Amino acid sequence: MKLLTANFISCAVKACKSSPLSFPLHFRDAELASKPVPYNPLLLSNLLPRLDWAALVTSSKELGFTLPETKPELPRLSASSFAATTGDGDMNMDGGAVGEEDEKTLRMLHKVLMETEVVEGKMVCGSCGFEYGIHQTVGNFLLPSHLV
Amino acid sequence: MFYFSRALPRRYQSPSASFLYIVKPIQEINLPLSVTSKRNRTISSSTSIKMAATGDSLAPVSNLPPPMREYLIHFAQVHETFRKPELESLAKLFNIDYEILQYSEKAPFARIALKSNSAAKTLISRSILCKAIYELWGTGTTYDEVHTSVKSRTSHLWHLYKTCSFKFGFESFNGMRSEAAKKDLIESFSYVGFDGPIRMKNPDELFVIMEDYEATSMVDLERFKALNIDEKAETPARNPTHLDEPHQIYFTRFVGKSSRAIIETYDLKKRNYIGTTSMDAELSLVTANMAHVGPGKLAYDPFVGTGSFAVACAHFGAVTFGSDIDGRMIRGTKPKKSLRSNFEQYKIMDRYGDMFVSDLTNSPLGRFGADAEGGKGGRSEQIFDAIICDPPYGVREGLKVLGSRDPSRPKVPTIIDGVAQHTRKDFVPPKRPYSFDKMLNDIMNFSSTHLVANGRLCIWLPTADEDFNEFSIPTHRNLKLESVCVQNFNKWSRRLLTYTRYEVDQDELVAEDNTLSDATGEPLDSAHAKLARTADALNPFRRKYFEGFKTPPSED
Repeated sequence: MKLLTANFISCAVKACKSSPLSFPLHFRDAELASKPVPYNPLLLSNLLPRLDWAALVTSSKELGFTLPETKPELPRLSASSFAATTGDGDMNMDGGAVGEEDEKTLRMLHKVLMETEVVEGKMVCGSCGFEYGIHQTVGNFLLPSHLV
Repeated sequence: MFYFSRALPRRYQSPSASFLYIVKPIQEINLPLSVTSKRNRTISSSTSIKMAATGDSLAPVSNLPPPMREYLIHFAQVHETFRKPELESLAKLFNIDYEILQYSEKAPFARIALKSNSAAKTLISRSILCKAIYELWGTGTTYDEVHTSVKSRTSHLWHLYKTCSFKFGFESFNGMRSEAAKKDLIESFSYVGFDGPIRMKNPDELFVIMEDYEATSMVDLERFKALNIDEKAETPARNPTHLDEPHQIYFTRFVGKSSRAIIETYDLKKRNYIGTTSMDAELSLVTANMAHVGPGKLAYDPFVGTGSFAVACAHFGAVTFGSDIDGRMIRGTKPKKSLRSNFEQYKIMDRYGDMFVSDLTNSPLGRFGADAEGGKGGRSEQIFDAIICDPPYGVREGLKVLGSRDPSRPKVPTIIDGVAQHTRKDFVPPKRPYSFDKMLNDIMNFSSTHLVANGRLCIWLPTADEDFNEFSIPTHRNLKLESVCVQNFNKWSRRLLTYTRYEVDQDELVAEDNTLSDATGEPLDSAHAKLARTADALNPFRRKYFEGFKTPPSED
């Protein structure tokens, strides 16, 4: 389970869907692994508008990462600057016109969102307290029948 | 709502009638349906000479407005109903203006107008069902006509290729010639005066003569199809079902190659981890093309299984997420045999988003308590650029979702020896049968809420052939149907439906969840409800599958 995915996920219990406490789920007993993957500024630029920043800051803290309190404003990289890379989706690594400060933020985001994974652990709903297990990086969001 | 015209197999068009499909009118100039009859070609050649003087461009065969040039696409003669939708999808993805001038599902050669060689290269680069794209130098029904056409259209270009290395290729569809005959035909083009070295490997330029042979009669169509499929069959001296001479000949210069070769790379036989229902590499990659996945985008498969679509989407650059109600499919049962191991095998781990265990009817995806960013009417669940799925047909074990079989069961945790059973590590949540139609509805609703504006949904659906007339395409007010492709099997078929999420929500009302009756809400004690809740009753396709797709006896 990546922090990226955690930013898209709430408690699956229907009764929790109206509660702001059901998002984000809180990590508990998390065992982390880090795996370097190629830096992808276009992806990060596309991700940024889709992230709930406050939730990401909360989740990151739970796993020991510190992110700025406000969402960084970054120039939107356009896919057209990467249009030449059509054949196999391999990315061209010079992120275009990104400033030094922005670059630093993007590298940090890359590390937090794409390179860090919870291998074993739990995610807990702040509203109903239900615990979702994470095993071999795969989160389990199935509910027992009394909750569906 | 039915869409017969798209789903029905096209009737054979006699190529001599040169049926033209104008797919997309070019902005300002509304072309007349220019039929490439001989007369028409003579007329256009006079205007084309004038155009040729303006630069090193080709004079068009048909009446094309100036920036458009004519190309020939060589398709693979497979999955015919997918070929044009794939091409159209890629043109839209790369924002390329095009016009299909000639296309038939019965032939591998199609003529298309594009603005430039770079547009042609880009358009074809990701295609799985195209083989390559060529500049069309000349065409005709006889070699004399081809030579006349090539001379009038391209003589001003010959000097460009005078000294480079080159090679001539030969492609015949449904016909054949001896090597000696090929050589003679190639030499008949010697007037182009290329003096450079002939190189069989990696030539600077590749010129190809292509021949299309017409079937002698439509009655032989079945046989012609059979001959076509079995490439290893003995090759007779001549193809008995086809005429001795081609009915259409093209002379072309190679411009760009497709991605068709990657089918081999992703071949299931060489994949580390697969399951019984893994979608083959070719159709997975085509689906990824239909879904417009690409670098920097996010894709999701809610029935990910062993990850065929996930791998295909990742190949084209998308970061891919997937879930399945069965965690064993994702994790695998043996060490080093898991969905993740496939990403490692193909060295695409940087595009592995996450895989998790969940059920679409109780999906955790979405930020239910959170407000949309910026408050500009955005939806906080807008996450994915593409949703791709091949939902379970329910044939193997019936379609299931979370919940108890008995809806009257009290909603309390099961406690044995003081331990709430769902907190145990080995707890397997109970599942209940579900109707296929209801699941479809869930997928459509989920896609409407979770796709970004202009995001795409690709979904595979099975049908028994006898049901063809009843097959209705699922609709949703926020999803626009883009295309329907059909893959036929013996007695059943499956369809790939592609939708685009409208930028803003549409007003038209949708059917509410509960209008679909499947009796799963009724108490178990009624005999009717019991019967209605069996996997067969909920899933007509499954029932017909096991009945062997027998046609019910007719009234007489």
